[in-house]
Amino acid sequence: MYRYDEFDREFVLARVAQFSDQVRRRLAGDLTEEQFKPLRLMNGLYLQLHAYMLRVAVPYGTMNAVQMRKLAHIARKYDRGYGHFTTRQNIQFNWPRLDETPEILSELAEVEMHAIQTSGNCIRNVTADHFAGAAADEIADPRVYAEILRQWSSLHPEFSFLPRKFKIAITGAPHDRAAVQVHDIGLQLARNENGETGFIVYVGGGLGRTPMVGRKVRDFLPEADLLAYTEAILRVYNLYGRRDNKYKARIKILVHETGLEELKADIEREFEAIRGGILTLPKDEVDRIEAYFAAPAFKVPGDERLFDAAIETMPGFADFARQNLNAHRQPGYTSLTISLKPIGGAPGDASAEQMEVVADLAEKYGHNEIRVSHEQNLVLPHVLKSDVPAVYQVLKEHGLAEANAGLVTDIIACPGMDYCALATARSIPVAQRISERFGTPERQKEIGDLKIKISGCINACGHHHVGHIGILGVEKKGKEFYQITLGGSADEKSSIGEIVGRGFSYEEVVDAVETVVDTYLNIRNGEEEDFLQAYRRVGEAPFKEALYGTQ
Amino acid sequence: MMKVVTANRLFDGEVVWLGAGGRWVEDLGEAHVLETKEAEAAALEEGAASADRQEVVDVYSIDVTVEEGMLIPVRFREQIRAAGPTMRLDLGKQARRRENAA
Ligand code: HEM
Ligand code: SF4
Repeated sequence: MYRYDEFDREFVLARVAQFSDQVRRRLAGDLTEEQFKPLRLMNGLYLQLHAYMLRVAVPYGTMNAVQMRKLAHIARKYDRGYGHFTTRQNIQFNWPRLDETPEILSELAEVEMHAIQTSGNCIRNVTADHFAGAAADEIADPRVYAEILRQWSSLHPEFSFLPRKFKIAITGAPHDRAAVQVHDIGLQLARNENGETGFIVYVGGGLGRTPMVGRKVRDFLPEADLLAYTEAILRVYNLYGRRDNKYKARIKILVHETGLEELKADIEREFEAIRGGILTLPKDEVDRIEAYFAAPAFKVPGDERLFDAAIETMPGFADFARQNLNAHRQPGYTSLTISLKPIGGAPGDASAEQMEVVADLAEKYGHNEIRVSHEQNLVLPHVLKSDVPAVYQVLKEHGLAEANAGLVTDIIACPGMDYCALATARSIPVAQRISERFGTPERQKEIGDLKIKISGCINACGHHHVGHIGILGVEKKGKEFYQITLGGSADEKSSIGEIVGRGFSYEEVVDAVETVVDTYLNIRNGEEEDFLQAYRRVGEAPFKEALYGTQ
Repeated sequence: MMKVVTANRLFDGEVVWLGAGGRWVEDLGEAHVLETKEAEAAALEEGAASADRQEVVDVYSIDVTVEEGMLIPVRFREQIRAAGPTMRLDLGKQARRRENAA
């Protein structure tokens, strides 16, 4: 895993010292809130409904046991005993005090963590596929490039005051697990005919009030040109991106207003001017970074009869093995999803105790590696199949063994009105009620793969636009009201969901979702056809009919 | 009309309302209810002066009503702000109230 070098360490420590001083000056009255707000946001500190909120980055979703224990410690000492893992591979603490934040940041720095670039109009924490370095279908480890981009973008003088925030995601495999097409820049690792590594490049994806799927600007970008090309995109954006209207400031609007071909030409022109220069990635630099992400010393496969026996004898294990394991490239290994979606729970929340359990398991069975997925779950990327029953047993004792990865109860939900100052409606309780409605193993299995995503306002932090079923909470006449969209998706065939009709009240919305699900069960061509396939085949008509009757 | 002035306390973010004598209170029940435009303007000014003294941030006024003898914010958002997360009754002001009652 990536280790800080001296530069990183000093940079983070200097930032902690700087922020401590800023907090001191704020409390002493030397800085006004107006002056201080951008400074605290640069350090991931927001003011929410009930309290401050601190957003801590988990770069490319990778961390180790010591870091996870530190998060648990912070949750316990400075917060209310839990944290919330988000769709941006961050963790949010909901109750820190301003005067204690510098202390929290210095504790984080001890384990090489920070809250830099988690907010503000800069290049944000680069996200990556959560099975990076493990998945059987992987072309190359996306974290290597995410780290290279991080080093290039951290406090890049030209890009600290962009028109708006800028998000980059990278996936290492043809199957996109990082939702790259709904990011400002999406990179998908690929090989050309000569077997060389490079990227398919998408630009201008995004959610929020104007959702758009990114447009492909390059079928193949050679590895060596990654930084030069990215810089070219950023320069074009920095130059032409709108600064007059915050709602039109993201690069997606520029792509839309300029047109793909013209923008592509702008980028290529900028790229021609800088290619081959100092931004060319030397192979030995890639190799050097790659070494940080070297695979652990894999063990010889264990006795898999243990695994097979558990399928037969251990209650619930067969469901877990079917749903929560992902094929690993190393024989005898698997990647294991730890669901943070217990039936009826708040999606993405983990208690300090649960964090410590995961840290212990990672040390004992997982080569000390933990991942945070954009679906608000945790992952042990490298586990011997023969150890899975033992891991499952421990998870079960701590309410972490829900066998629902990818199923109807594996819901993404933003904090919504229960925490968020911008919200127009609650999202977590809607997720909880849906989870309870569909919670039995039989019902979930019958429904199969289905992604429900919920946002508490149009900012779309809960990715509702790309949910197979998306739910957007709005306010109507002082009451919560929920719009349903169907057919969204955030994989290699991304699409934006379509609003199916008028919205539903807080009381009605769960019934409406059940109507949609039952309609799918009625029309599908057998169990093999999942919800999204069925929707794409028949369109919205039968769902509309079921929800609203003939009109 | 019935309004109260609210803010978040600077050093810990706690939700507070302006009470009698310009004191910030942690419980909505102790907030000073404003019944005229003039009273509201004066209270907002008092709040702004307090913000200038680094006591609070984000000062604004909200509508309230009385239900069963209790002061309740009109807007749902402000109701949640006055209580805590609706699915975590063990957190926020509502938790303290429960503890006190127990
Ligand atoms: C609670 C405090 C939060 C605030 C104030 C906040 C604010 C915002 C705003 C204003 C936008 C719209 C940006 C735009 O369209 O230009 C946005 C988008 C987004 N946020 Fe949040 N957010 C919060 C929490 C979260 C959480 C908890 C997550 C992850 C679960 C998240 C992930 C995202 C994502 C994925 C987007 C849309 C992607 C895009 O930028 O196009 N945010 N957020
Ligand atoms: S979608 Fe809206 S309610 Fe949900 S976290 Fe984002 S800003 Fe808050």
